[in-house]
Amino acid sequence: MELCVQVKKTFPSGFRLAASFMVNGPRLGIFGESGGGKSTLIALLSGLEQPDEGEITLNGTTLFSSSRGINLPPDRRRVGMVFQHACLFPHLSVQGNLLYGWRRCRPEDRCVDPREAAAILKIDHLLTRSVDGLSGGERQRVALGRALLASPRLLLMDEPLSALDDTLRFQIIPYLRGACETFGIPYLFISHSLVEMRLMSERVVVLESGRQTSDTDVDNLARMRMGASPVGYINLLNLTDPQVRDSLASYAWGAQRLYLSAGPNGNPAAGIFELSSKDIILFKQHPQAISARNLLACTVRGLFESGAKVGVDLECGGQSLVAEIVPSAAHELEIVAGTRLYAAVKASAFRRLSAATGLEGDMTP
Amino acid sequence: MTMPLLTPADIDAIRLSAQVALTATLLSLPFGFAVAWLLSFGSFRGKALVEVVVNLPLTLPPVVIGYLLLLLTGRNGPVGMLLEQFGIRLIFTWQAAAVASAVVGFPLLVRSIRIAMDAIDPHLLLASRSLGAGRLDCAATVILPLSARGLLAGSALMFGRSLGEFGATIIIAGNIPGTTQTMPLAIYDYVASPGGEGAALYLCLVAIAMSLAVLFLHEWLAGRVAGRR
Repeated sequence: MELCVQVKKTFPSGFRLAASFMVNGPRLGIFGESGGGKSTLIALLSGLEQPDEGEITLNGTTLFSSSRGINLPPDRRRVGMVFQHACLFPHLSVQGNLLYGWRRCRPEDRCVDPREAAAILKIDHLLTRSVDGLSGGERQRVALGRALLASPRLLLMDEPLSALDDTLRFQIIPYLRGACETFGIPYLFISHSLVEMRLMSERVVVLESGRQTSDTDVDNLARMRMGASPVGYINLLNLTDPQVRDSLASYAWGAQRLYLSAGPNGNPAAGIFELSSKDIILFKQHPQAISARNLLACTVRGLFESGAKVGVDLECGGQSLVAEIVPSAAHELEIVAGTRLYAAVKASAFRRLSAATGLEGDMTP
Repeated sequence: MTMPLLTPADIDAIRLSAQVALTATLLSLPFGFAVAWLLSFGSFRGKALVEVVVNLPLTLPPVVIGYLLLLLTGRNGPVGMLLEQFGIRLIFTWQAAAVASAVVGFPLLVRSIRIAMDAIDPHLLLASRSLGAGRLDCAATVILPLSARGLLAGSALMFGRSLGEFGATIIIAGNIPGTTQTMPLAIYDYVASPGGEGAALYLCLVAIAMSLAVLFLHEWLAGRVAGRR
């Protein structure tokens, strides 16, 4: 996907949006607080609203051009949408919803098979159901299937997870990402959650009060925001091979094992876990005895400044970890690239984002 | 001496009223849907003017509407002359009564449909458009089914209003027993003639019963429009 956007739009309320970016790649993020202009940008891309001036080009097709007087109507843009709420057609069955766009797509443009999509999204058992009785997760998966089956050139996902609760949210992410990858449909993921953004996208355009403030790599964005964020930098660790021992769960993380407090159900599952940069303590020498259950030998890859904090980019057994310290600590410990350190992490500092097994918990209607 | 509660002429008037009201309603439905759609979802210059014109019959005396229709469709009116070329004479026929009822009841129909249309989540329309449906496709496959109850509720209201139409009807269709004499006109005749009070009352009771039935139907339908998400 190649998307070129250069637009300006002023609303009667006085809100002004000015964005200009060119992205190449299957997974783009638009990040910003609410009121930053994300919804406006979506409206301009979908054709719901017209920019005052500018150009929007998608894979060489001009969607809008004020200089050439082009404004493709929404139905001819082939830009799909997934909204915050599923917005399923209440008068149609699940199957009627899924096939709405597929039927309207020219046969030669179709790149998604309805049966395959339903199977991947695990909604094939729901096809004859009315959309009323579906659970939140099911509704959002049907909405995703409906959008994919129209074989869009670009899929806009407008905060598709923010109406879901935390558990469900991270269960849906693999579907959003996986289904788009399977069918080769590029997407633009809009969110105000940095963690969602990091799980869904690679390049990110940041919008703040209608202005585009940066256009960067998603991990870089997370680092820039570390100093100002109350939760610091969130390390996302993909932990596998769970085992339980002495009320602690142990997981494989690269070449080493991490020890986590076992969850309340006592039945650990592999998945993605959060670890804040604030919950990592660095030691210059091996501390002989500490209460923290994880002590990792690491090498400093580099340092970066973010606000009043210093981020330490660590390499531990082939994995990356970001810790944050205050500048005076960096000075005292004489941390530079190549320094060898020990990172201590409490077993209770990890928080599970998603279960790799996916669907349990989403079966309640 | 026993008299039947309703004379054959009364039955004729009731039948004619129902026929006129039904025709007026069916005639107005497609236009009502189109106008409601334009007003709810369209953005065009002069929208406020269209809105006012559509609602005008609500406040205008029906006699004025009847007179304007007479000027328009009469022998020397532009529409009348056009119809004359096809050998059609509208005035003083039951069809003229249907046209009068259609015009008078139109704002009620449009209002009911608009209430249903305004309750539709705009995201559904955007979803439909982004899935490749053009404006008319979206209107037919999303807006129409989702405003169907509003259409029914509006039809019930309009049917009821048409049953009671008097002022415009008497001017453009006249008061010809068996041809254009609807229930309200028949009641008017009874009341105006000595000794007709009893017969007028019976017809009034029929009118009340029909109106109640239609209004209950409307309440039920409107409640379902409001109750849906």
